[in-house]
Amino acid sequence: MIIALEIGLLYAVMAIGVYLTYRVLDFPDLTVDGSFTTGAATTAVLILGGVPIWLSVLGGLFAGVVAGIVTGVLHVWANINPLLAGILTQIALYSINLRIMGKANLPLLRAETLFTPLRENGLLGTWVSIAIFAGVAALVGVLIYLFLGTQYGVALRATGDNELMARAQGINTGGTKIVGLALSNGLVALCGSLIAQYQGFADISMGIGLIVAGLASVIVGQAIFGMTAVWQAVLAAALGSVIYRGIIQLALNAGLNPNDMKLISAVLVVLALTVPKLSPLKRWRQQRIREKAVAEGGAV
Amino acid sequence: MLEARSITKRFFPGTINERTALDSLSLKLEEGDFVTIIGSNGAGKSTLLNVISGRYPIDEGAIVIDGKDVSKVPEHRRATQVARVFQDPMAGTAPHLTIEENLSIAFDRGKRRGLSLAVTNRKREEYREALAKLDLGLEHRLAMRVGMLSGGQRQALSLLMAAHERPSILLLDEHTAALDPSRAELITRLTGELISEHNLTALMVTHNMHQAIELGNRLVMMHEGKVVLEVDEEAKKTVTAEALLAEFAKIKGAQLSDRTMLD
Repeated sequence: MIIALEIGLLYAVMAIGVYLTYRVLDFPDLTVDGSFTTGAATTAVLILGGVPIWLSVLGGLFAGVVAGIVTGVLHVWANINPLLAGILTQIALYSINLRIMGKANLPLLRAETLFTPLRENGLLGTWVSIAIFAGVAALVGVLIYLFLGTQYGVALRATGDNELMARAQGINTGGTKIVGLALSNGLVALCGSLIAQYQGFADISMGIGLIVAGLASVIVGQAIFGMTAVWQAVLAAALGSVIYRGIIQLALNAGLNPNDMKLISAVLVVLALTVPKLSPLKRWRQQRIREKAVAEGGAV
Repeated sequence: MLEARSITKRFFPGTINERTALDSLSLKLEEGDFVTIIGSNGAGKSTLLNVISGRYPIDEGAIVIDGKDVSKVPEHRRATQVARVFQDPMAGTAPHLTIEENLSIAFDRGKRRGLSLAVTNRKREEYREALAKLDLGLEHRLAMRVGMLSGGQRQALSLLMAAHERPSILLLDEHTAALDPSRAELITRLTGELISEHNLTALMVTHNMHQAIELGNRLVMMHEGKVVLEVDEEAKKTVTAEALLAEFAKIKGAQLSDRTMLD
């Protein structure tokens, strides 16, 4: 289970990225499956080419930013539907990722990575690595939370919340969407870069179906921990990732095949989207919202 | 201040559904003018506001604001000069953002939106002061999400957000029509107060004949994409709803009989 916790914390970086597009921008971005691998591939190639580790990680992040910009431009300038724009970039990235790597799998086992010191000292899979990974996830979460409270961050949130109003208030909503997608895919690629180093290889298929894992984390986390305040929503996305990996681990422990995991992920997302809407739960929640509103003196 | 020079807007051009929403319409507003617009459904009133704000491009003519042709300027860049309040009370604010965040968006209109904090304590003071003038108690609820407010409260907030940065022109698109009578009255009163406080130039579309007569210094009647009647400041002081209705019937009747003759 400690491994699931480790992986969950690493993937929290991706969940926060998916939160930015899916919730903040209201843009279900399927670029993720491609940009995750792009981040992993870029970092792997750079590390194997002798580039310093930190620069290699930044290179992976930057490659994801570019992928996000491509999806954004396809949507904003070419006026392509968000889902389709994401799928097009994702498919194009499959070929690009193969070009970057030169083959379908790049082992990193002998190379020095960010995780080498942990591995050599036998700290992976211990509370030390958990604390470090939690620190990384927290740092990313805090940075994103702070960004969403800036003038530009609020403009970005308004774009996803009420685009008509955002434009009427002088916000270049095309620009905020592209920036949001760039930032989100940068985080996703950073996560890909970390995972490749953690598992010791980059693989062409490592991103397949990841958007569902990201959505599951965001939706499950926010269904459990709420998303009223921004800090709450960011925290919920990160914790959702840990919960999601925990559920996957439980399913594996119960004897399910790793090949069944995509099916379980999809079912999990469907449940997280539908269960909170069941009538008894919904009534309970509305009652709470009403009480809160009355307590704060708002009209309902 | 605002000048529409024989602007034409066609929807679905070149198709069987082609419709001319604005037909070489010209209109000029001087600084401080508050013009009310009346007219039947489909007269092109809302389209006029939408082309002035840049939401729709125009096909012919020019829109000039503060002496500058803005016909090709995109919507979000026109927003520094043109502010709007929509008919739908939900349209003018972002529901999942707090009152103070919504205000920060409006108060930063026309400024560069950078990486400094959107809401600071100093700004909160400014927001409280502005909200207190609405007299709705919103100044005590800065951190509340706007989605929790009633339609009337949201529309009052929209109005404040539109008027505050002192736009060159304020567009009001039947902004009281979706509210119950007492709320509508409140918003109407606030509209008058904000316009005179900031000395704004405004263009208001309304279905309510009495509102059109009571508010503003000029009145315009539209029909089939054209201005068919202008009531100037002097005449507006004495004009009655009955007189306007009679005038409208005459214009409509004249056009009907023209058509009958053509057939």
